[in-house]
Amino acid sequence: MARPAHRRPGQSRKAQYSLFAAYVIAVTGALAGLLLAVLSVADPVGFAQLRIASQELAAPVARVTRSVTGSISGIDDNVSAYVKAGTQNRRLRKELTEARRKLVATSALQEENRQLKALLKLQETDRAALAHGYLLTSTSTSSRRIALLSIGRNLGVAPSQPVRGADGLIGRVLTAGPSVSQVLLLTDVDNVVPVRRARDGLPAISSGRGNGNLDVRTLNIANNPFKPGDILVTSGTGGLYPPNIPVAIVVSRQDDGALARPLADPAKVDAVAVLRPYTPDNIEAQAVPATPPSEAP
Amino acid sequence: MNRAGPRLGEPASLWRMRAVPVATVIAASALPLMLPLIANSPVLPPLGLLFFLCWQLLRTEMWPVWIGLPLGLVDDLFSGAPIGTAVCLWTLASIAIHYFAQRIYWRGFFHDWGIAALLLAAVQAAAALIAHPDAPTGRVLGLVAPQVVISALLVPFFLRLTGRFDNFRLKRR
Repeated sequence: MARPAHRRPGQSRKAQYSLFAAYVIAVTGALAGLLLAVLSVADPVGFAQLRIASQELAAPVARVTRSVTGSISGIDDNVSAYVKAGTQNRRLRKELTEARRKLVATSALQEENRQLKALLKLQETDRAALAHGYLLTSTSTSSRRIALLSIGRNLGVAPSQPVRGADGLIGRVLTAGPSVSQVLLLTDVDNVVPVRRARDGLPAISSGRGNGNLDVRTLNIANNPFKPGDILVTSGTGGLYPPNIPVAIVVSRQDDGALARPLADPAKVDAVAVLRPYTPDNIEAQAVPATPPSEAP
Repeated sequence: MNRAGPRLGEPASLWRMRAVPVATVIAASALPLMLPLIANSPVLPPLGLLFFLCWQLLRTEMWPVWIGLPLGLVDDLFSGAPIGTAVCLWTLASIAIHYFAQRIYWRGFFHDWGIAALLLAAVQAAAALIAHPDAPTGRVLGLVAPQVVISALLVPFFLRLTGRFDNFRLKRR
């Protein structure tokens, strides 16, 4: 049982004034904090710069905890690999023979493809990523979905660059610190991504729900054409995310659109790539083929 | 003079008495960002807020009522919430605790639990609404509802933990 607080200052003027002053400071500070919060909602990028120091502080610890848990969680995989060795060996041999057969067929196709491309003088667009890193940790107590990326300005990361994993889109860079940067994940409520259906190019907009799923809405309200299993890729509209990055798979239909699950799970993805934003000058720079290979080391 | 051993009636170290509560709250605020956990939804309870409320419920007159301003700012820097959210909401929570401390003169364990659960729910809901002003209110509240339930159930554990830290804080040398 908590002891009753002696809040009554009694006859002492000094005690009365100091108690009053404490309340004045508290109320003024609370109002100032609310104003600051409203401003930082309006301008998330500017105020996120303030957070860089705390991230730089947290990142080394997160790197250590990540490597420790990584080695721990790898143990069960190693054990199960020994247990399953026999059946796996048989299965892999069967797959290998099948793969060889396919490889022959594919190499023929590849050659044909190369010739056709040379004929059309098509350029492979430069999809080379700016930098590669891995996701260290994320804000797991607040309703914002922000992850910490292990690289920052030291490797050329800058705000509003798209981030993708091997399976699909992860999000975009919010702020870049000296050695770590913040990534606004695809599933954040404020992250809106223009997408299209991979099958027929139907344009739509995906926005996060904050709980790991995405809301997908078509630009055309009249009908709801989505079916479970539809794959959504980025459309390149809006000039931030490059086109044709896999985004999500539709899970179920809803009244106004569909519920989708991201294809790349940030919790499981190992390495991520930071890409150039899809802005006109970057597109033109990529279209020019004669870029010297010896850039900055 | 033998200064090595403890002396009778000697008070606890003033430095430790002041530093321990602040250090626990700051460490608890920073801890979630140091775990290798990429969360898809707000899964972890707000550890910093839990310690902040429990310290104030245990020792109401230990801190001035404006202590939420600096501690809230630190929490804002580590949690992803817009900067200023916790500055405002933690201070309001601290004012509320001082109010309850005056109204309910002899607070019991269940009083403390109830007050902490109420303030946790209010602070987390308000923080989510401030962070996402454009999103539908019902959906935003549904997002933090599981977290609020988990945090409310964890309050007794954190009260115990705070008590342990309080014993350490007031321990004679």
